[in-house]
Amino acid sequence: MSKSAEATGTLRKTALNAVHRQMGARMVDFGGWDMPVEYPAGFDGRPGGLIQEHLAVRTAVGLFDVSHMGDIGMDGPQALAAVQHITMNDASRLALGQAQYSAMLYPPGTFVDDVIVHRMDEHSYLLVINAGTREKDFNWARENARNFECQVEDAGDNFTQLAIQGPRAAEVLQKLTDADLSKVKNYWFTHGTVCRLKETLIARTGYTGEDGFEIYIPSDPAISRRVWFEVLETGKELGILPCGLGARNTLRLESKMALYGHEISDDITVWEAGLDRFCKLTPQKGSFIGRAALERQKAEGITRTLVGLEMIGRGIARDGYKVLDQAGKDIGVITSGSYAPFLKKNIALAYVPPAQSAIGGTVAVEIRGQAVEARIVPTPFYKRARA
Amino acid sequence: MAYPANLKYTKEHEWIDLETGQVGITDHAQESLGDIVFVELPKPGAEVAAGKSFGTVESVKAVSDLFAPVSGTVTAINDTLTTAPEQVNKDPHGAWMITLKVKDPKEAAKLLSAADYEKFVAEEAGH
Repeated sequence: MSKSAEATGTLRKTALNAVHRQMGARMVDFGGWDMPVEYPAGFDGRPGGLIQEHLAVRTAVGLFDVSHMGDIGMDGPQALAAVQHITMNDASRLALGQAQYSAMLYPPGTFVDDVIVHRMDEHSYLLVINAGTREKDFNWARENARNFECQVEDAGDNFTQLAIQGPRAAEVLQKLTDADLSKVKNYWFTHGTVCRLKETLIARTGYTGEDGFEIYIPSDPAISRRVWFEVLETGKELGILPCGLGARNTLRLESKMALYGHEISDDITVWEAGLDRFCKLTPQKGSFIGRAALERQKAEGITRTLVGLEMIGRGIARDGYKVLDQAGKDIGVITSGSYAPFLKKNIALAYVPPAQSAIGGTVAVEIRGQAVEARIVPTPFYKRARA
Repeated sequence: MAYPANLKYTKEHEWIDLETGQVGITDHAQESLGDIVFVELPKPGAEVAAGKSFGTVESVKAVSDLFAPVSGTVTAINDTLTTAPEQVNKDPHGAWMITLKVKDPKEAAKLLSAADYEKFVAEEAGH
């Protein structure tokens, strides 16, 4: 057994750090943050651990601390124009209380980061961004919004962000809030009293492929702790488990949601990543950073595309492993791969040439020097049944 | 979980039963790895060298090498682990992976007793 060194020292901590440790979480360094990867001890007598946590979210409900995520506030008379300039989706189509998946791009059409844009008010937007890219994202947004009448604020430290995810998530949260959650559609949000905290932002968003909510409460440790345990207590009878970043990763992979540094990066373009439907080249959208390069690439075509793989042979494809054709020639690379706890299969995402991306086709993944067979399958691997 | 006194241990968190030659990973190892979903073992007849990798164990999150506690020849592998790798989590000191015919009994003198291994794990955790 080799043991990986656990980095400690200057890691950043969320307001719930002590709570995670109290609950017996296994902690890891994630993008410079000391975060729970799983809770082996479980909760309320139910066993925990990554697989159980994953299944809880697919079949019941799970609670995640995702306070490491960053938040950028953009406010001012030209806030919409600034948001339109630095993101690829069309923010002009957002109603008050609506959110959209989008991304900030570099001029070549590659990714600064993916974001969720929330329209908070007439001239006010909130961008939720990744943990590992917080400083980079904020600097990029501020720098590129400077020609607009728009304040750009790093609001990441203001909130504890909790994700309540799973088919029973609405039932749990409804018991803790006066907001009528049945009126909040997917990718919309509202404000309401949650656990006696007034004007709490409640968004029907998530990163699991399930129904669920993300709530934004003050980052005070005592308040964060109180809300964390009130959600767990309320979810007890419905089978709630505290869930770590391990399950968050396998859940998003089954649902084919991109992870920065894996499926998207400063070297991968929107078309390659297959995120076309979140990138608008309409006249209404207007110009934005990355648009010109993307228009060129649309005409020229792409040389690699993201596909889903299911392993046929024994083995788990991991990030960075080579993808080979039938003749053993190197044709691509795995971006994420894992055992999929709900599907009970070994799955992966990979970049391969478009000519070799047909669904049903067979490739191989090089695992410790061996070519292990895999099939190209439709994605997402998992899609929830919608009511 | 107590570490059985009849087993010997390595600082890489494997155990060996010197009477039967069975080799596995410790309770501490399975706990650090989390849910184990894949075990890759050598073929019977393969030669392994002390301290060198003889296979792989994967949890959902991580890939880890398995290191041979002593040199020897693989005489059997535990095939049930290919379909039920979670046995390693459930019963780490029972779920043996390979059986070794030990080449040089003197090598075994360097292995840790249960008490010494437990102390080693506690010290590692203290860092």
